Amino acid sequence: MGKKKLPEVPAASLADIAFMLLIFFLVATQMNVDNGLERRLPQWVEEEQQTDQDVNERNVFVVLVNRNNDLLVENEWSTVAELRDKAKEFMANPNDDPNLPEKELKEVPLFGPTMVTKGVISLQNDRDTKYEMYIAVQNELVGAINDLRNELAQNKFGKPYEKCNDEEQDAIKDIYPSRISEAEPKKVAGGN
Amino acid sequence: MSKFRQDDHKELPPISTASLPDVVFMLLFFFMVVVQMRDVSLMVKVKVPEATEISKIEKKSLVSYIYIGEPLQQYRKTHGTAPRIQLNDKWAGVADISDFVIVEREARDEAERPQMITALKVDENTKMGIVADVKTELRKAAALHILYSSRKVAKVE
Repeated sequence: MGKKKLPEVPAASLADIAFMLLIFFLVATQMNVDNGLERRLPQWVEEEQQTDQDVNERNVFVVLVNRNNDLLVENEWSTVAELRDKAKEFMANPNDDPNLPEKELKEVPLFGPTMVTKGVISLQNDRDTKYEMYIAVQNELVGAINDLRNELAQNKFGKPYEKCNDEEQDAIKDIYPSRISEAEPKKVAGGN
Repeated sequence: MSKFRQDDHKELPPISTASLPDVVFMLLFFFMVVVQMRDVSLMVKVKVPEATEISKIEKKSLVSYIYIGEPLQQYRKTHGTAPRIQLNDKWAGVADISDFVIVEREARDEAERPQMITALKVDENTKMGIVADVKTELRKAAALHILYSSRKVAKVE
């Protein structure tokens, strides 16, 4: 009846409160995305069953990194900068060089019968190899395969590998499989 | 007082700030949705190496992290300077990896388990020995999908 109306709650400070919350969240959270080299490890097999797979010498691209972070590629001293081209030449083997890996005829969807390389990249490192060096080498090897896939995608479909659909990507993967074997580290000779 | 302007007694009304809280709240909600809480405090120094052939992981819920690096300054007295493994908020040894993988796997939905990724955040100056041990443990625990965390650069020097 004769009652006074309650005054309205002031909303002027609402912005300040919201700002405070906002700043709290800005400080307490992180926004980074996970970037990195994606790899698949081989299945674990018990020691006894571990038999050396019978792979022809010419089909294996041996990369050794020793404790001084020196690189030995196919029994030759090398540098990280040269590695990518060597790996690409090995995987592609454009001139059917008898020293480079064999190819076998395989039925690939979208491509028809294609000669597919049997090459395997074997990366071996020492326990004292620096992680930075190891990633640099991995990066070049992954890069070599990505480059080959991109070239093939560009030739066949006229667009980079990333833009291809799943079916096309699978077909390209069949032709250039990502076969990088990361062996257990050994004592790689050199530099004591 | 200008002779030419007759209307300077009329002041512009002040800009209304009534919508300011709404704007700020909108920003707030955006950040709350987009970011995730910083859930671990690093106890080891991790500066991941550079790489160019990067793939991005879209679903963060699939990723579990293993940190390897030298202990930070304040932990040096108790834990030395040799590279150590950190899992969540605890120091760990190589033998703890398989338990860690099992716990992480249990925490995920059944449907997500096959797609789980283990991100190795390893300092670039670490020796490969400890990393190789961790990789062996991951293989034994059947966590085969891994990610070597690295910074994206245009070209590695």
